[in-house]
Amino acid sequence: MNVPAAWYLILAAVLFGVGSFGLLTRRSALIMFMCLELMLNAVNLTFVTFARTLGDIGGQATVFFVMVVAAAEVTVGLGIVVAVFRRRSSTSVDELSEMKG
Amino acid sequence: MTVAIPQIHYLALAPVLILFGASLALLVASALTRAAMSTRLINGVTLLAALGALVSTFFQWSFVAHHGATTTVAHAIVLDGFSVVASGTIAVGLAMATLVAHDWSIRERLRGADYQILALASASGALIMTQANDLIVLFIGLEILSIGLYVLVVLDRHRATSAEAALKYFLLGGFASAIFIYGAALVYGATGSTNLTSIAYFLGSNVLVHPGLLYAGGAMLLVGFAFKVAAVPFHLWSPDVYEGAPTPVTGFMASIVKVGAFAGLVRVVLSALGTQLNTWRPILWVLIVLTTVVGASLGLVQRNVKRLLAYSSINHAGFILLGIWAGTSRGVGATIFYLMTYVPTVVASFAVVTLVGGVGDDMHAIEHYRGLARRQPWLGGALAVLLLSQLGAPFTSGFYAKFSVLASVVDAGSGVLALIALLAAAIAAVFYLRWILALYSDDDIEATRIEVPRATGLVIGLGVVITVLFGLWPGPLAALAQHATVLFTP
Repeated sequence: MNVPAAWYLILAAVLFGVGSFGLLTRRSALIMFMCLELMLNAVNLTFVTFARTLGDIGGQATVFFVMVVAAAEVTVGLGIVVAVFRRRSSTSVDELSEMKG
Repeated sequence: MTVAIPQIHYLALAPVLILFGASLALLVASALTRAAMSTRLINGVTLLAALGALVSTFFQWSFVAHHGATTTVAHAIVLDGFSVVASGTIAVGLAMATLVAHDWSIRERLRGADYQILALASASGALIMTQANDLIVLFIGLEILSIGLYVLVVLDRHRATSAEAALKYFLLGGFASAIFIYGAALVYGATGSTNLTSIAYFLGSNVLVHPGLLYAGGAMLLVGFAFKVAAVPFHLWSPDVYEGAPTPVTGFMASIVKVGAFAGLVRVVLSALGTQLNTWRPILWVLIVLTTVVGASLGLVQRNVKRLLAYSSINHAGFILLGIWAGTSRGVGATIFYLMTYVPTVVASFAVVTLVGGVGDDMHAIEHYRGLARRQPWLGGALAVLLLSQLGAPFTSGFYAKFSVLASVVDAGSGVLALIALLAAAIAAVFYLRWILALYSDDDIEATRIEVPRATGLVIGLGVVITVLFGLWPGPLAALAQHATVLFTP
């Protein structure tokens, strides 16, 4: 069975939308991380689909860069969450409201 | 099957290699030595690397002047006048920020090379952004710049607000990066390449039947950049992060991120999507009006000087965008000139704020500045000059910078936009002047004299000298900026 490329693109767009919606609405820092990962993986799917339709290897190679960046981001992000958690014993971003204005 | 290794022109990569090499060397050295290395040594190495990068840009400049602009590493990296001048500006900013951080880390008793390793890596990311000729390279540069900064914000673990600021910065910065790279993916789908030159060539020789994909991609790239330069309505992270980060880190962030992100933005908008400039102009127009006006207006109600400087830098971002809106070589020249004068001024301003912040880095209310210029005429006077330059007062470099971006916009045919920006500058003048008045006010609350360490004093002095010198005599710098755009390769 041959799945049209457009379906992959639509799936990627939906995943990206779900990720960004989650990032903007959820209040737990860890779930917001997962949403960020979802967005980056939607990007990877888009790149691979386009690489396939264009017959160009560049798009597939790009995916590796995005994966590395995603891994690096998570490493740093989890470090920051741990730093916050040590201070407040909570990962909810609602409680982080010391600064306003 | 053979793999073709692309040719690498090492001079083009020299500043990046120097900074990143120094970062790695410090990282390895601090991992191998048992006792903490001396602060003086660490900062000496950092300063040397920054100056080395600056010197290598002079060699790059003479290469470009003789041989013209070139691309290297399979056209992914470009070496042209624009990248050279932007790289030099970043190197100067890094050197100045390092000197401030030196005195700060002694004052706060921070041991180790964490700040310097991350700052060097971050600055090398900004350098990559100025030279990137490929959306993916640009993304990698953006991430190297940002990931280092996320950690820098949370560097001083004793500050309560730092962790909060870092988490906000990380989540919104990651969001912006994801949007940016999705935009890159869509542009790749629409044009068949991520290389900026190829994209420009494709768009110049083809008419897209369904430009929706390109427009969506370009818009998302623009949103990603708008986050990084803190353009309204994507600025919400900036005041909190500026306030929460240790002050020297804020100074570093305010100067170096702006140069890297704007250099990338200029390349994407004018080099890759240059043929589509009329499509992007209305979006940039709205962005500029919001950024200048909102930045100036919200600055009025701030009592914390770091938040105030955050809104001031938002206002500046709007002005720098003006040169990009113009899209002409005059506009690009004005953008570079603005960045060149903005960096020393803002680093020196934050150097003063670092000093006034005192041990613990938390005296940042405007009240702490009351009578500063009466007690310490040199320190207070220096801050007053720097603020006047940010305001755009005549005889400071800020005046000519604002004047040249506005002139380029009027030249490109929108007097209305220039007028709105001018009004915003007038609103912004109120909060700068209020701060300056506080400096010279009479009511002397019992305050201790602020010691000015030698390195920080040097940075403040340098900032003031550059501000006044190029305010009185902008010719050479303006000529350099204009010359850089001639060598700009589309």
